[in-house]
This record gives sequence, structure tokens and C-alpha cells, in this order.
Amino acid sequence: MILRSIIARRAVSAGATLLMGLATLLVLLPLGIIFYHIIRMGIGSINMGFFTNIPQPPGEPGGGMANGLAGSAVMIGMASLVGVPVGIFGAIYLTEYGIGRLATAIRFCADVLSGIPSIITGMVAYSLLVVPLKGFSALAGSFALALIMIPIVLRTTEEQLKMVPVSLREASLALGVPLWRTSLKVTLRSALTGVITGILLAVARVAGETAPLLFTALGNQFWSKKLTEPMAALPLQIFNFAISPYEDWHRLAWAGALVLVVLMFGLSLAARWLGSSRRTG
Amino acid sequence: MDTTTTRKNGDWLFRAITLLFAFSIIVILVIMTGEMVVESMPSLRKFGWGFISGSDWDAVQGSFAALPYLYGSVVSSILAILLATPLSVGTALFITELAPHKVGAVTASLVELLAAIPSVIYGLWGILVMTPWLQSTVEPFLIDHFGFLPFFRGAPYGVSMLAAVCILMIMIIPIITSITKEVLLAVPQSQKEAAVALGATRWEMIRIAVLPYGRSGILGAVILGLGRAIGETMAVTMVIGNTPQISLSLLSPAYTMPSVIANEFAETTTKLHASSLMEIGLILLVVTLVINFLARLLLWSVTRRWKGGVA
Repeated sequence: MILRSIIARRAVSAGATLLMGLATLLVLLPLGIIFYHIIRMGIGSINMGFFTNIPQPPGEPGGGMANGLAGSAVMIGMASLVGVPVGIFGAIYLTEYGIGRLATAIRFCADVLSGIPSIITGMVAYSLLVVPLKGFSALAGSFALALIMIPIVLRTTEEQLKMVPVSLREASLALGVPLWRTSLKVTLRSALTGVITGILLAVARVAGETAPLLFTALGNQFWSKKLTEPMAALPLQIFNFAISPYEDWHRLAWAGALVLVVLMFGLSLAARWLGSSRRTG
Repeated sequence: MDTTTTRKNGDWLFRAITLLFAFSIIVILVIMTGEMVVESMPSLRKFGWGFISGSDWDAVQGSFAALPYLYGSVVSSILAILLATPLSVGTALFITELAPHKVGAVTASLVELLAAIPSVIYGLWGILVMTPWLQSTVEPFLIDHFGFLPFFRGAPYGVSMLAAVCILMIMIIPIITSITKEVLLAVPQSQKEAAVALGATRWEMIRIAVLPYGRSGILGAVILGLGRAIGETMAVTMVIGNTPQISLSLLSPAYTMPSVIANEFAETTTKLHASSLMEIGLILLVVTLVINFLARLLLWSVTRRWKGGVA
């Protein structure tokens, strides 16, 4: 190593420190700007009507996103009905029996699956459900969201189950409780808050998904009466209104964005609070 | 005796059920890939390799080739990665090595917040706030001062490759930062102490002890960010201008693979059109599968080594 004067070395170090601090500021700057805009532009259009009305044509006052909010809730609910049990039981397999090549392959596939662009999930849901059922539907949208949820729930649940002490399981097994009851009543139950945290995070993630809904749920200007009809969703409405040329719709899009962000952060705060209360409790 | 057999049956059943659910992950991956291949067949047969070398996309004439979309995806993602990597690594180093514990924790959770914002909201902000600003301020400045370079020629449209690069950069920074942070946290304390004990300054400690140890992990994080950038759909669709052309200038509108799928897939008129979009999806899928495969291998090797060292 070439010896340099300590002053020069300290100067280089100070310069590098400065650059790292600057990088951090630059990274956090957009966060502040984006939040500022969402709050400033969105807050004015949030009123009762936003939560009870469906969108109005541009120029007419009093439009809301009630059908989008309801549609998102319905589709996320249905996706969770499939995604949560599959993810949790899959995770139980990985923690209880998960040694060997198969388990490693499953873990690896779950990681890879969660990296696949969500628009491709939408295309697959389209050809598996929309084409055979001859029409865009809430069902297909929920299916696409469920596919996205499964690997997330699986991996977070596995992490939580792994943290349950082996001694707890051994105690239960030693008392003669069969393994399946031990898994459900002891392991899963002691990890319950952690598992719920994972589910909340998965819900928060799919709540903002737009791409997989584009050609499954498609969106709907009105209320949908059946699950086999196209259905509105909050992120879809934000997208459609944002790319429209109308000021009124832009305002609705900002309000929708504010609601979506508040919902998502509410979910992740709840998840975090659950997580921390478990650790202290 | 009787209870033992039911217990064994119960355990056997439980194992079978959980295995079924776990195995569904592999099934999903296989079905997704298979479905994409099958649906792309008509286009694959008709156009062959010409699909990725030509640039003619005409639904009326029924001729499809995807080069402009490939170009747009590759250029926007790579530029975004090049800009995002130093910022992300700098921020991760700030969180793990420089900041006092509390400041680091707050910064880390702010970065997590950035990662949680949905793509469509980045797009909304991009199209209504960022592109007008690029059009009125940044792009005229670039044209005036750097207009002699081929990269900054043309008129300021706002929606452009530049806008896509900016929004992608903002979106992938949190991902690269948080994974890099995890990797850096795995660097053994003793390594760093040894460097400091030998008289290294803070930067020298980072350069000698921290970065070499985290190298493959950071590479994994960057590759994962690249995968995210290539597959990013909504935000890019909203700001890139959706014009299938290959232009050196960053100021001209472009198009990406996910964007053309998002814009056209719901309204295809012919089977061949749908199949061509499926083939674009297939290319996207294969690229992201390879990228994720590489990234996970790199990251897994790092975390394994780390766990092995502790246990």
C-alpha cells in the first residue's frame, strides 16, 4: 500500500462521509416531495361523497371512488381466502418437514415467484380465467392477486414459525400430542401475531397492485353486481383518472392516492405495532 | 393401539396436505411459464427470431416485431440502475456505518416507506408533477447546455425516456438500499475493528473491511433491482410517452415491454396480436427469471455464509 499523509487520508475519509450523507438526502428527498404533493392535492377532494359516490363524468361535481374502494376490498378479501391458507400451510410444511432438496426448491421458487413482474401474473390469469369464462371478471382479478400473495405469505410465515423455540414443540410432542396438533395449536399459535403481521403486509402489498388487474378485473365505472362482471378497483381508478386529460378526474386520482397511501401505511403500522407488542409482551 | 393408528393417520394426512400447499408454489411457477410459452406459440412460429430484431408493430397489417420495446426496457432499466446503485450503496453505508443508531433506524424505516408506495402512485406523481417540471425546467436546460450531445437532442416533451429513468431510479433505490443494508449488517464486527485497530480512517475501514465482504451481496441487490426495473409497469407506462421508436436522445418518448402489454393487451383484435403480446410477456418472464435466479443465488450464498459463521 502506498503511504499517504494522514491529513490527505482524513480528507478523503471526510469527503466520502459527506458523499454518503448527501446520497441519503438525495434518496429521501423524493419521499418528502411525493408526500407533500399527495397530501396537498388529495386532501381537498376528500369528503363524505368520496366514500359514498361513484365517479362522475368530468365537469360534474361530487364524484367519488366508492365502487373502487368496495371492489378493492372484495377482490383483496377473495384473494386472501386463497392466498392466506395456501401460504400458511405451505410454510408449516417448510418448517416442520422442510429439510432436503424439495424444500429448498420450494423456498427458491417462492423467492423467484415474488420477483416475477405482476403484469405477467395478470396475463396468466387472463388466459386461465378470462378467456374460458368469456369475459373480464372480479374472479380473475382476485385470482391474479392471490397468486401474488401466496409466496409473500409463505415466506413471512415461515420466518415467524422458525422463531418458535424447538423446546416448545418438544414439550408438546412429549405430552403425546400428535405432530399435526402441535403444529396448529402450539407452533402456529405462538407465532400467531407474527403470522398476522405477515398477512397484513401481504394485503398492503396487493392493495396497491394495478398491473395484474388491467386485463382481469378491467375496472368498472359503475357498481358491479356479480363476481363474473368487470369490477372497479382503487388503483385502477387512480391510473385511469391520472392519464385522463380532465382536471376533475386528476383531483379524484390524488384523493384516491391519499386514501390508498393512508390505508397502506395504516396496515403496515398495525403490522409493526403487532410485531413490537409481541416482542415486549 | 387404535389411537396410535389414528394419530399416525392424522400426521400422515397433515403432512400430505401441507406438502400439497407448499408444492403448489412449484406448480404455479411451472403453469405460469407453460401458459406463457403455449400462448406465445403462434407468434413464435410466425415471426421466429425476426420478432426481436425487427421494429415493425402494426396490428392492422398483422406484422409484429418487438425491438423498440426491448430497447426501451433495457436502456431505461440500465440507466436507472447506474444512477441508483451509488446512491443506494451510499445510503446503506450511511445507515449501517455512519449514522448514530437512532438516525440510522429512522432513515431505514423511511426507505422502507418509499418501497411500500404503490407503483401507480409513483406514476400519478410522475405524470402530473414530475414530467411537467422536466418539460418546463430540466429538459430546456439540457438542450441549451448539452444539446451538442446526441443524448439531449430534440424538443422537450416531458414524457420521455428521461422521465422513465428518473421514476425508475426513485422506485428501485429503496429496494437496493434495504437489501444492501442487510448485507452490510452481516459483515462481522471483528473485521471492521481489525481495520480500525490498524489505523484505518472510516472510509478506509469501509473500503478494506466492509465493501469486499459485502461485494457479492451488493451485486445481488443490484441485480434484484434490475429485475424490478425491467418488470416495472404502471409508473413507466404513465411517463415514458408510449412511442415505439429507437432514439439515442433521452428526451424523446419511448416504449417498454410491460408498457405495451399494459396498453394493448385488453384490446387485442386478432389472435396474432394477443400472441405477440404474450411473446413479449414471455421474453420479460425469461429475463426476470434469469435475473432473479442469479440474484437469489448471490444473496443466498451471502446469508448462508453469514449464518454458518454465527452458528
